[in-house]
Amino acid sequence: MSGGVEIPVRVVDVEQATQTVKRFRLAALSGEPLPSFSAGAHVVVTMDDNGRRMRNPYSLIDRADDGSTYRIGVLRTPNSRGGSKFMHERVNAGDQLVVTMPVNLFPIVRTGRKHLLVAGGIGITPIYAMANELRRRSASYEIHYAMRNEASGAFIDELRAAHGDRLKLYRDDMQEFVSVSQILPNQPLGTHLYVCGPEGMIDAILKGGRDAGWADENLHSERFLAPAGGEPFSVVLQRAGITAEVRSDQSLLEAIEEAGVDAPFLCRGGACGQCETAVVSCDGKLVHNDHFLTEEEHASGKKIMTCVSRLKGRELVLDL
Amino acid sequence: MTIQFKTETFRDDFTFSNSPEAIHRFPFPFDKDEYMYAVNIEQHMPGPVKSAFEFPIDIDEHYVSEMKDRALVLKQDPLRCQSLPHMITAEWDLLELLMESMAKNYPEHFTLTRDGDSWHWVNGPLGIDQKFTFGDTSTLPYPPMEYITRQCQGDFNLIDQRNDNLWMDAGIVTTQADWSLDFDIGMNFMEWHAPVPLAHDIGVFDRALKFLLNLQQGRPVRRLNWTMTINPRLDTSPENYHKWGVDRTTVTPENVGNKVHLRVELQALWRLPRSNAIVFSIRAYLIKMEELVTIPKWGRRFHRVLRDLKPELADYKGLTRYRQMTVDYLSKFDDGAPTSPGFFPD
Repeated sequence: MSGGVEIPVRVVDVEQATQTVKRFRLAALSGEPLPSFSAGAHVVVTMDDNGRRMRNPYSLIDRADDGSTYRIGVLRTPNSRGGSKFMHERVNAGDQLVVTMPVNLFPIVRTGRKHLLVAGGIGITPIYAMANELRRRSASYEIHYAMRNEASGAFIDELRAAHGDRLKLYRDDMQEFVSVSQILPNQPLGTHLYVCGPEGMIDAILKGGRDAGWADENLHSERFLAPAGGEPFSVVLQRAGITAEVRSDQSLLEAIEEAGVDAPFLCRGGACGQCETAVVSCDGKLVHNDHFLTEEEHASGKKIMTCVSRLKGRELVLDL
Repeated sequence: MTIQFKTETFRDDFTFSNSPEAIHRFPFPFDKDEYMYAVNIEQHMPGPVKSAFEFPIDIDEHYVSEMKDRALVLKQDPLRCQSLPHMITAEWDLLELLMESMAKNYPEHFTLTRDGDSWHWVNGPLGIDQKFTFGDTSTLPYPPMEYITRQCQGDFNLIDQRNDNLWMDAGIVTTQADWSLDFDIGMNFMEWHAPVPLAHDIGVFDRALKFLLNLQQGRPVRRLNWTMTINPRLDTSPENYHKWGVDRTTVTPENVGNKVHLRVELQALWRLPRSNAIVFSIRAYLIKMEELVTIPKWGRRFHRVLRDLKPELADYKGLTRYRQMTVDYLSKFDDGAPTSPGFFPD
């Protein structure tokens, strides 16, 4: 199976953390301890909605001390193609899901002397795990957590209890914003910054870091893109000799899987590069949504990341 | 299955040899009659029963003697085992991986009992009985990587992953084919592979790095590499070149079958859970030419591989001085018959 080792799990507990965020506690169906994971890791959750299979990556918040459960946090997104909506409306305690082994595309740099953790909204989930690990290691760190208002801060109480005054909150409704010009000056050499949150926030923080003269090697971000829907098109899998339709509410990868082809993937969020696929030809314009391929590669029209990118046009022929 | 551990040496009087069973399970690395570099990586899945691939960590008849040889190397040169401070979590990950695997697959020799963080490890062949607290270095006589790798065949490197590269930041290396941990420690993937000829030009390392950055937890991979060694010496390190380099001049047509060894490295890579580091294990297997030719397919095939090897590769592997003598010896065991595909004996 192309996405790695999978673990069937049972939902032990669902917690409505805020109006739009639910936290799920998952235990292995086998009763075995779940694998240890490194902070910043995610799992891909497979959901089965009456035969329609959806897979979304969710960062791991924590693992129970005895290994019995993982927690993930899910934001209900308004333009969800189904994944977060399904998790919110249909998944209850006792239900079964399947998760992959943890994968870490957003690791703590262990050689760092100090770590600035910046989170916006649901982007707090990997940051939460990183802060816990840094605390365990008695490392030097700060948490900067931005949210709409106090009620939408899904993790404030837990974070405050664990991290005290290392936690700084920023509330949109109080006109408080994370500002790189405030947090970057006077940090020691060897400091690393990690940011996870909305697209605009990540871009602003990274740009601020670069403008302040920070090296790219010290600036880290993770953004999982929900694959955007779009217009339907046809995909021809040349080696398999299969033609399939990609519906408007479906990603290219999901359509390939629905056609019975075991295509490569890992993060399903445009970040890891595993699903890179060669384009044989296309009648239309490729819409690249990933953060993995370079601009030149996007422009070349020779490669596509099937998890988040698609075609605006009639037909796409892939080397699959 | 109880293994009969041999008493033998890998230095001085070189009493090492392989039993017929050990010859049969030798991980012969050539599936064709020719050799060139490739990204020959495959899933590290259980292989045939009794083969070197049956279990993730292979323990064989040489175990006890190899561990004695490792202790001698470390006594003379403590820098063969080094770990940068940020690798301590990876060290514990490695200890867990090795203890779990050895206890699960060789229960008659090793047992591990876990009760939360209180662990109890019993190593029968080496007479060790240790209770300790997982995660607390002060409860072991050595740091965790050194502790467990003094009890496990093969060299081990712990590779940190950061900034889209891999960094050799810890390891224990006492059975190496002429490379030095003390020299390579702290280097990244491209730096430590820089001396390898030809492979860079065909993009092998770019592809291998990209692949390894995505190595997944629970999905280890392996590859075989090979070279040749004069006398069954495990420690062919640059640090001790003055001791073994001269051995290459001692090969004669009379002793070639006994002195010249094919050295195969079973290299495996695992993603570690808590640290996100990668463990890179290099397990060396040695076989004399006169043992190798007892498997007719291997005698024929290795003759052809060695005869047709590109000169750059022969130079890099250090075979040049005794290659022809070895080819001449092997030619007596090659009747020109076709060989069957695959690695295993017919």
